Amino acid sequence: MSEPDLKSLIIGVGNLYRNDDAVGILIVRKLNDMASDRVSIIEQSGEGTSLMNAWKGYDRVCIVDAVSSGSPVGSIHCMDASREPVPSKFFSCSTHNFGVAESIELARTLGQLPRQLLLYGVEGGNFQHGEILSTEVEQAMESVAGEISQYVLST
Amino acid sequence: MTKKTIKVDYLARVEGEGGLYIKMKDDAVVDVKLKIFEPPRFFEGFLRGRDFKEASDITARICGICPVAYQMSAVHAMENALGVKVDAPLRELRRLLYCGEWIESHTLHIYLLHAPDFLGYPDAIQMAKDHKEIVERGLKLKKAGNQIVSFLGGREIHPVNVRVGGFYKVFSKRDFEPLIEALKWARDAALNTVRWTAKLPFPKFEQDYEFVALHHPEEYPFNEGRIVSNRGLDIDCSEYEEHFQETHVEHSNALHSHLKERGAYFVGPMARYNLNFDQLSPMAREAALEAGLQKECRNPFKSIIIRSVETLYACDEALRVLESYEKPERPYVPVEPREATGFACTEAPRGILYHHYRLDNQGKILDAKIVPPTSQNQKTIEDDLRKFVPQYIHLSQEELTWQCEQAIRNYDPCISCATHFLKLDIERT
Repeated sequence: MSEPDLKSLIIGVGNLYRNDDAVGILIVRKLNDMASDRVSIIEQSGEGTSLMNAWKGYDRVCIVDAVSSGSPVGSIHCMDASREPVPSKFFSCSTHNFGVAESIELARTLGQLPRQLLLYGVEGGNFQHGEILSTEVEQAMESVAGEISQYVLST
Repeated sequence: MTKKTIKVDYLARVEGEGGLYIKMKDDAVVDVKLKIFEPPRFFEGFLRGRDFKEASDITARICGICPVAYQMSAVHAMENALGVKVDAPLRELRRLLYCGEWIESHTLHIYLLHAPDFLGYPDAIQMAKDHKEIVERGLKLKKAGNQIVSFLGGREIHPVNVRVGGFYKVFSKRDFEPLIEALKWARDAALNTVRWTAKLPFPKFEQDYEFVALHHPEEYPFNEGRIVSNRGLDIDCSEYEEHFQETHVEHSNALHSHLKERGAYFVGPMARYNLNFDQLSPMAREAALEAGLQKECRNPFKSIIIRSVETLYACDEALRVLESYEKPERPYVPVEPREATGFACTEAPRGILYHHYRLDNQGKILDAKIVPPTSQNQKTIEDDLRKFVPQYIHLSQEELTWQCEQAIRNYDPCISCATHFLKLDIERT
């Protein structure tokens, strides 16, 4: 059944000055043209409590961030966080260890999760200081942007 | 003879990457190393050659949780160098911005990072299952701090509205009205936070520290004051390097700071409180005494109560600033570069943050020195563990490790600031 009135939010998480950690931010910048009355796009550092505030009032939320899970660099991970728990080691670049995974799990405990929450992670290889993406991460960007766009526009 | 090692590879619920290694022989601690293995960040190096106006925004990038502190120390040091005194209403706005940072930083630590230790939970998520309303209160209280920083600072993380001489933009009294309502709720929540933390169970552990903080005769310190201690130190910020020294130790990428004459010292909420109790607002003083604190506290585990008292003070002070606020006539005081040297210390949530700059006649930075609070507390944290572990040697490895991590979290260490920080090794051999 279609739900034309769904309010959607796309959150790009990352740090532009930590090489591959920038990928979440750079992907949502590619999607800026999608912003409308029903679709909001924001950038976040990944501080957990701010994320929880950001998604309040939205029905459908998509978060995209860089991950470091040991998979090949450039791998794309996708999980339905409204249905399954997020492993905390997955999204480890956070302030005081209270980041994306912790905010989702705390919101789940408090009953503050959005109805739909899709989480995209792009496996990074280099999180040192700098502004250069690994080639594999750069190649993954288009594909993730396309998938997010389809998800948000789907009914 | 028994030997034992406690080893934590990566400390949890602290900012940045660090670890702990403790070696014991029989019941005596023979070695404690708070290891900070985040790579050095070279901020002082790449400030060289930059314009004096850029230092506040560049140094704000050192930390996502206390960027206001970096901005404040940077602008005050530049103003000290260039002979600028900001107008009184601008000074009040700076206090307001600092209140926002203290509220958000302290509340994050109290509710999400430190309270789980006292209540026996591995993290705030598990704690929230049994204490839902308390965690919700913490999140809403933190949000009030975020609102101040994002409104006055221009954005939540790494605010952009601060400049040497004042602000880029100032607001009318009416613009602040939504904040007043949020802060009235926050002040009540902060008072309840003091009452709640006062009931937590605390280990008996009092130490004879040298406390160091800013002191101002008329106000609880944020931006200004002399650097004082409970052992007679009383100096201007420009004299900091005559009394404090940084040294490199092999196991840490953050320099250890000590008083040249007396060694380790303690900065942060407990030091501020002990040296400035009389400057707290009446409401904060009363709440502290009601919570069972004396005018001086020497148990670092009780820092969670003091952080709550400071959060209450910050809400109260923010309301005072807003209620008496009149829009400043100009957003900033004009500043002209000249060849000069400037110094400043301000009170970051975790303690004094020292900046020192040398400028050429065009205002280019020739040298910069930054000493963050966590690097100043490193030696005191190690000393605490040396004395704490023998008292709890009977505990299992798992329990003792947890207690040691908690003892470190008393300081809310920010390893990213100190460089980036923590991992625990307790070795019993």
